[in-house]
Amino acid sequence: MAKVTRDQKAAVAPTGLPPDLAREDAGTVRHYYRQMLLLRRFEERASEMYTKAKIGGYCHLNLGEEATIVGLMAALRPDDYIYTNYREHGYIIARGVPAPKVMAELFGRETGVSGGRGGSMHLFDAATHFMGGYGIVGGQVPLAVGAAYALKYQERPGVVLCQVGDGTTNIGPWYESLNLAKLFQLPIIFFIVNNGYGMGTSVEQGSSEPDLWKKGASFRIHGERVDGTDVLAVRDVTRRLRERAEREHEPAIMDVTSFRFRGHSVIDPDRYRDADATKRSRGEQDPLLHLAARMRESGLADDAYFTETLAQVEREVQDAIDFADASAPPKLADLYQYMFATEVPNTLSAAEREMFEARLAGQER
Amino acid sequence: MPIITYRQALNETLGEELARDPNVVLMGEEIGTFEGSYKITAGLLKQFGPKRVVDMPIAEMGFVGLAAGAAMLGVRPVVEIMTINFVLMAVDQIVNHASKIHYMFGGQARVPLVIRTPSGGIGQLAATHSQSFENWFAYCPGLKVVAPSTPYDAKGLLRAAIRDDDPVIFIESLPLYDTKGDVPAGDFTVPIGLADVKREGRHVTVIGYSRTTVLAMQVAEKLEREEGISVEVVDLRSLRPLDRGTIVESIKKTNRAVIVEEDWRSYGIGAEIAATIQEEAFDHLDAPVLRVAGLEVPLPYSESLSRASKPGAPDLVTAIHTVLKGTSCGPK
Repeated sequence: MAKVTRDQKAAVAPTGLPPDLAREDAGTVRHYYRQMLLLRRFEERASEMYTKAKIGGYCHLNLGEEATIVGLMAALRPDDYIYTNYREHGYIIARGVPAPKVMAELFGRETGVSGGRGGSMHLFDAATHFMGGYGIVGGQVPLAVGAAYALKYQERPGVVLCQVGDGTTNIGPWYESLNLAKLFQLPIIFFIVNNGYGMGTSVEQGSSEPDLWKKGASFRIHGERVDGTDVLAVRDVTRRLRERAEREHEPAIMDVTSFRFRGHSVIDPDRYRDADATKRSRGEQDPLLHLAARMRESGLADDAYFTETLAQVEREVQDAIDFADASAPPKLADLYQYMFATEVPNTLSAAEREMFEARLAGQER
Repeated sequence: MPIITYRQALNETLGEELARDPNVVLMGEEIGTFEGSYKITAGLLKQFGPKRVVDMPIAEMGFVGLAAGAAMLGVRPVVEIMTINFVLMAVDQIVNHASKIHYMFGGQARVPLVIRTPSGGIGQLAATHSQSFENWFAYCPGLKVVAPSTPYDAKGLLRAAIRDDDPVIFIESLPLYDTKGDVPAGDFTVPIGLADVKREGRHVTVIGYSRTTVLAMQVAEKLEREEGISVEVVDLRSLRPLDRGTIVESIKKTNRAVIVEEDWRSYGIGAEIAATIQEEAFDHLDAPVLRVAGLEVPLPYSESLSRASKPGAPDLVTAIHTVLKGTSCGPK
């Protein structure tokens, strides 16, 4: 049997200074770096909070994907809508939601972005059009297509960014959604975060076409691969495809490669990957190290900048943890608060109400 | 008062709502050019155009999810699924997504989505095209599930469903499409969450929904006429939320209950009603609560087996006689 390999390395930027960094505004590059560092430290501290049982349930981290996320958000506009999977802490922060509100959601507090009802996998912020992290693989894809349908139907500006993992490109709703997006010519970008693994299954094991950007071919959807460890590359490709999606209503696929630093979730010991290779890849494909090196080489930053920025970010993340820790959990009395958007009679049965009130009384005792 | 069919009631309501609100959009397979498998959308494409009446490819998961996502941004899709059997393709989008978005995201998003679909069976549609899954959706917090039995309720509930900001599963029934009833002009709605006493009676309460309410009405009239048995018929209309109060009040009056349901008995709608009656009206019962339901097999194609597997009038008469046994109006 022929060995299937994916043409991933070919798209990874060469080491050394790419010509475009020098053309960038220094403040902008520093802002990207700071954002990336914030995501890095937020996730590392979230992992620590998980081991301290401050965070429950599942907790999937964006470690290794910082350039992917910051580059993406740099290209999106306020009119755009974003749908993601459950590995989304960094996305909502980079979209502009304050870190304390995100950490508070991970802690399950009322002050969290979803009022403590959603948790790590279900972050939401209406104001910034962050339309949800979704816990079921593939679930967000038809919804995102529907949001793009609404933009077109209501003749509004903007596009929809639908983030998925590499494993999602093997599930049915992905294909139905590609078909619908092209059939109706919708303004949407399918943004594959290709970190090489869907939980413990490699891209090659799970997909008969491991070049994921080609998966739109039979739907006549353009696709391209981007080095997800290069913040500028992600930004520039997203910008170009975003313009095209908005102006021409042409959907597109981005296959954004990066390396998942840790296991699938905080509790995954990552035994299916070679430990030495993982360690090596972490060093070789660390987007923060890449960007820092390029910033030094081009004279955009020095040791003092990096020391000061790290100190600022540490404080910011600590403030987020302190805010979350000091926030109250949602009240049991409000358990049914968001059951329906339109109230109707008989929502609670007598037996349900009785059981609820008994538990309420028990908690108050 | 005009007499129209259940089908006309649905068709008129869809047209009126399309005219009333530019965000209302019909979506489904074969609803435009083909005018709907059961002609519920007849004439609407011609009247409102392809932006408002959208033919979808055969991709229930995809377009139900599309409709839910569009609803999150303020479009108000009314989706037709050809039969409830095909809704199973879209269960993830309905149960894991549409039903949870408002609650799970702390009230920041709403999903004003209606999914219309006929449930149950008619003729010899066999195992895969005759099922009843309304109980699957009625089980799920965050959904509203309605199942009208008359043209009046069909119109009033469909209006209410389209104007509601939550996902509503609107259960129709093939054998009811040609039934007729009085439907007044004017912009009335039937509230979601309220049952209706369709017929007052003294001896026994029969509880049904959709087609089984019509069955119960026919049996009630026959038993009154031929045997002097006074049957009260409670039409659930709404399966979630369930109007338990109306059921309990009726039991307090008649002290006897028979539930007639289109679905399979085990874990069906009737199980929930029976449990509610024993929880809330135990002291008022003079006989065990009985259930009349479909026999628990994949529905066979053969005409005689198919007919025998569905709940019918003789089953209901037998059950009513059983709960009345030993009373002055019961069998000797």
